Amino acid sequence: MMQSDITALVDWSRVQFALTAMYHWLFVPLTLGLSFLIAFMETLYVRTGDAKWKHITKFWMRLFGINFAIGVATGLILEFEFGTNWSNYSWFVGDIFGAPLAIEGIMAFFMESTFIAVMFFGWNKVSKRFHLMSTWLTAIGSNLSAVWILVANAWMQDPQGMQFNPDTARHEMVNFWDVFLSHTAVDKFNHTVMSSYMLASVFVIGVSAWYLLHNRERILAKRSILMASIFGLIAALATIYTGDRTARNVARNQPMKFAAMEAHFKGYNAVPLKALGIVGDADKALRDYTGQDDGMVFALEIPEALSWLTNGDGKSFVPGITDLLYGNHTHGILSTQEKIRRGHEAQEALLAYKEAKLAGMPEAEQLRRPFEDQKWMKETFRYFGYGSYYKAGADDKAENVLAVVPPISMTFYSFHIMVFLGFWFTLLFILMIVLVMRGKVHKNRLLLHAAVWSIPLVWICSECGWIVNEVGRQPWIIQDLMNTTQAVTKIDSMSVVMTTVLFGVVFTGLLIAEVGIMLKQIKKGEDAQLEVSPKDGGE
Amino acid sequence: MDMHPFFRLYYDGFRQMPRWGRIVWTVIVIKLIIMFGVLKVFFFNDTLNTRYDTDAQRTEAVIQDIVDTPTEEDALIKK
Repeated sequence: MMQSDITALVDWSRVQFALTAMYHWLFVPLTLGLSFLIAFMETLYVRTGDAKWKHITKFWMRLFGINFAIGVATGLILEFEFGTNWSNYSWFVGDIFGAPLAIEGIMAFFMESTFIAVMFFGWNKVSKRFHLMSTWLTAIGSNLSAVWILVANAWMQDPQGMQFNPDTARHEMVNFWDVFLSHTAVDKFNHTVMSSYMLASVFVIGVSAWYLLHNRERILAKRSILMASIFGLIAALATIYTGDRTARNVARNQPMKFAAMEAHFKGYNAVPLKALGIVGDADKALRDYTGQDDGMVFALEIPEALSWLTNGDGKSFVPGITDLLYGNHTHGILSTQEKIRRGHEAQEALLAYKEAKLAGMPEAEQLRRPFEDQKWMKETFRYFGYGSYYKAGADDKAENVLAVVPPISMTFYSFHIMVFLGFWFTLLFILMIVLVMRGKVHKNRLLLHAAVWSIPLVWICSECGWIVNEVGRQPWIIQDLMNTTQAVTKIDSMSVVMTTVLFGVVFTGLLIAEVGIMLKQIKKGEDAQLEVSPKDGGE
Repeated sequence: MDMHPFFRLYYDGFRQMPRWGRIVWTVIVIKLIIMFGVLKVFFFNDTLNTRYDTDAQRTEAVIQDIVDTPTEEDALIKK
């Protein structure tokens, strides 16, 4: 296959996976968060006996049902792609990736579908308590099923708990708990679900704000705003905390992604945090070995903040992209060229063993020994993916090292958009709580409009988070071990183009239809008119 | 119809489903038909299982793909 063909194949395979994953992620966070909000609302109904809470619960349950049904099976297409477009990756990761995905599917299907049926069909058919239990189990089930895919993704970012079998060219899980409870997995799961709860809260607040602007459904709107704001604020604080922990994991395990998130080109001590900025000529900055070019056109910086956030010491060193590329002996940072050399050695070792084994040569056993040597595996094989960039005789500053730099601008801007919007939503929750408690929320039309407009913004924020996570780690599909070119199935790129276009057309059409259903139900409002009680600030 | 309460729940639930529910279910069915009846059948087959018969063949094929053999022409950066 010609180089240009491979490049097109990899790019289209990545585009297809990115589009399908982002499509899937349009529905998942609302399911995760709204399920708990509904459970809280129904709990209040059961505990107080207030029928208004039942009406409110059923309204949001309707929207939950539409979103849930729309999102059904959107994740399956990703699994299709693993087998067709990314078959080398699927093989290489063995049972580490497949098992969590299988558990997710089984758990999602049995737990959610069973209790969702009671949730929707069981009103007035089962006891209040049983119905409430079903609602809670739906929420818990959907969140638990997210555990597995996030554990799998965390493993790709920070591979642990496995060993490589050179006979099958597959990784085998040797320690389930190392995979399941790695810092990356735990913090990623917590950050993802907490941010999903924020999304659901903003959605509820935004829809409720729309009702207040149109002087409709006032009881539903005010109670929903208060509940979602409290839930959202707790989730926001947790998101900030877990986001900080996640960033530290990234700084430790994926320093190139971390540097790209901050557009931090040259490492030094007492590094400021770029609160805002415009990235300049990144290509030029990457080739500046003197470190004079900081790669930015403009940056609004908080002094020493990045050093402090990363290491707990405002004066500490934070490596930049060029340190990671060209090495930094003072701080013990290997150059990319050295990693490429080691990766090449690992690949040659695997090839030599395979050929010797196929030929039945006696030295095959000796050639297998490095794969059983923990030191060699840790210091050499861990850079297996780098071997793809090997160029005989290349020095430390050769062009081939630039292949491991992710798209800096996209990573930087996505990260900053996500953080900026995240803080806006936190402020929104606080303002809403204050105004509802003072009985004035229906009068603040500016804030209500801002809340409505926050609905699309929270989805942008959520998707930006995944862009940082996935684009920032390019070219790695498994950090350092496998790059996207190795992972992709060598098929005709035209077939990938065709399925991408087909998917785009069909599912965009379905998405438009489905969003239309959601909007129609929102415009319809509650099934029954409720009287406005003085308790809710009614006039 | 005399049926187990569990199945009665589903039967009555689907029978008494409001209009919005029926529309949503129609969309789900269309989506599943497209995914499993068209995309999976014609475009997304499991490449390693369809191209090779044994694990040994798959292993060899994967190693060939993931181990880079640089040539004189490998001057361009591969991403």
